[in-house]
Amino acid sequence: MSEPIKTDVLIIGAGPVGLFAVFELGLLDIKTHLVDILDKVGGQCAELYPEKPIYDIPAIPLITGQGLSEALMQQIKPFNPTFHLGEMVTTIENIGDPLFRITTDRGKVFEAKAVVIAAGGGSFQPKRPPINGIEPYENKSVFYAVRKMETFRDKNLLIVGGGDSALDWTLNLQPIAKRLTLLHRRDDFRGAPDSVNKMRALVAAGAMDLRIGQVTELEGADGQLTAATIKGADGAMTRVETDAMLPFFGLTMKLGPVADWGFELKDELIPVDVSTFETSRPGLFAIGDINTYPGKLKLILSGFHEAALMAQKAHHYVHPSKRLVFQYTTSSTSLQKKLGVS
Amino acid sequence: MPKITFIEHDGAEHTVDAEIGATVMEAALRNGISSIVAECGGGCTCATCLVHVDDAWSPAVGPPSAEEEEMLDSAFEVKPTSRLSCQIKVTEALDGLIVRTPSYQGR
Ligand SMILES: Cc1cc2nc3c(=O)[nH]c(=O)nc-3n(C[C@H](O)[C@H](O)[C@H](O)COP(=O)(O)OP(=O)(O)OC[C@H]3O[C@@H](n4cnc5c(N)ncnc54)[C@H](O)[C@@H]3O)c2cc1C
Ligand code: FES
Repeated sequence: MSEPIKTDVLIIGAGPVGLFAVFELGLLDIKTHLVDILDKVGGQCAELYPEKPIYDIPAIPLITGQGLSEALMQQIKPFNPTFHLGEMVTTIENIGDPLFRITTDRGKVFEAKAVVIAAGGGSFQPKRPPINGIEPYENKSVFYAVRKMETFRDKNLLIVGGGDSALDWTLNLQPIAKRLTLLHRRDDFRGAPDSVNKMRALVAAGAMDLRIGQVTELEGADGQLTAATIKGADGAMTRVETDAMLPFFGLTMKLGPVADWGFELKDELIPVDVSTFETSRPGLFAIGDINTYPGKLKLILSGFHEAALMAQKAHHYVHPSKRLVFQYTTSSTSLQKKLGVS
Repeated sequence: MPKITFIEHDGAEHTVDAEIGATVMEAALRNGISSIVAECGGGCTCATCLVHVDDAWSPAVGPPSAEEEEMLDSAFEVKPTSRLSCQIKVTEALDGLIVRTPSYQGR
């Protein structure tokens, strides 16, 4: 096990609510690290609707999902949080009173005096195509992400999808693959026009194949693919020899490891005390879309309010001997110092 | 109120009342049709509310918008009559609509 990273508070989830928690905790001199399974911050706002306008953030008549993420990043900058992106928190263990040891799927270990679960609708995971018998191939010859390009050198590859992930990996892997086939359900691609043009040029030059249709069947043994059957738009079935398949159908939210953290979940949500947003486990807080209480609304503004109240109680665990004085950012020089504006 | 019939993958049929102006997805959720997941709550960003519109009803329902067509790329087993149910508004003209739901919405 690696040396634990020590922090006051570990925040699980860098969605809008996890990000704003950095601010509220920072005002109370509490240092934070954040972990998110996505490779970017902003949670649902950045992943699901970056371009869509949001109209109900108080005092901001209109802001896009991406705009909100960026504005939050700017707001929390003075507190210098550390991000661990592309990692999923798997376990939370109580090792003190309270002190927690938290581990990720990449083997990182944290020690924190309190933990804030801002896991939203759960962890984003790739959608798995409903092809009969796909399971044994997964992570052996069917991959939902590329960790090492070398794995695909001199292989026959089948990439499925029509968005940027499918196109980017097509362009990146085509030079090293033995033969690459891109399969999409229609002859129209929503990815960046530049990538689409490059892909079409490769097809025109005979350097790769483009097929329109959907995969219906896989062939192989012991997790190793040998071929896939494709149903064309016209209903015709054809067979493509392939050593590896990379399906890119976007992400879906699954509760994931949150289910194993010892809470009595209600409809996959963590019940909390509404005055502190603490869970049934002292020192573990839950804010944003992941929690539930009477009257809960899954809105960004509710999560922001929850972050402010949570910070008051978290302070009690992180700085037990310090008395908390209520202050405004407008008038407190001490708060303004922390924000770097005075 | 217009009626909509959902036929699930296993053949189970549910005919429900749908409010005019609501979406077919909302009618499904209000009536406990669990094969409509609707993870994003109607935002046209998740493609977990896929339905296959009955062939006879397809012309009345119409084709998807460009935005919806792109989102259909993230659904599975998409057919020419497939739509995202959160993007179909219930109207008087759709009284009697029949849609089929897939066995799997990606989660
Ligand atoms: C299409 C759409 C439109 C919306 N419009 C509005 C609107 O207009 N106004 C409004 O107020 N709300 C709106 N919402 C809802 C709003 O986006 C959510 O309320 C908000 O994103 C919740 O924030 P969060 O930080 O709690 O969770 P999320 O944004 O879900 O972020 C949680 C993060 O935690 C990560 N995570 C989960 N588990 C783990 C783990 N074990 N390890 C590591 N990381 C983990 C996830 O990957 C995710 O990035 C909309 C939602 C959608 C889908
Ligand atoms: S509910 Fe998400 S796309 Fe329809």
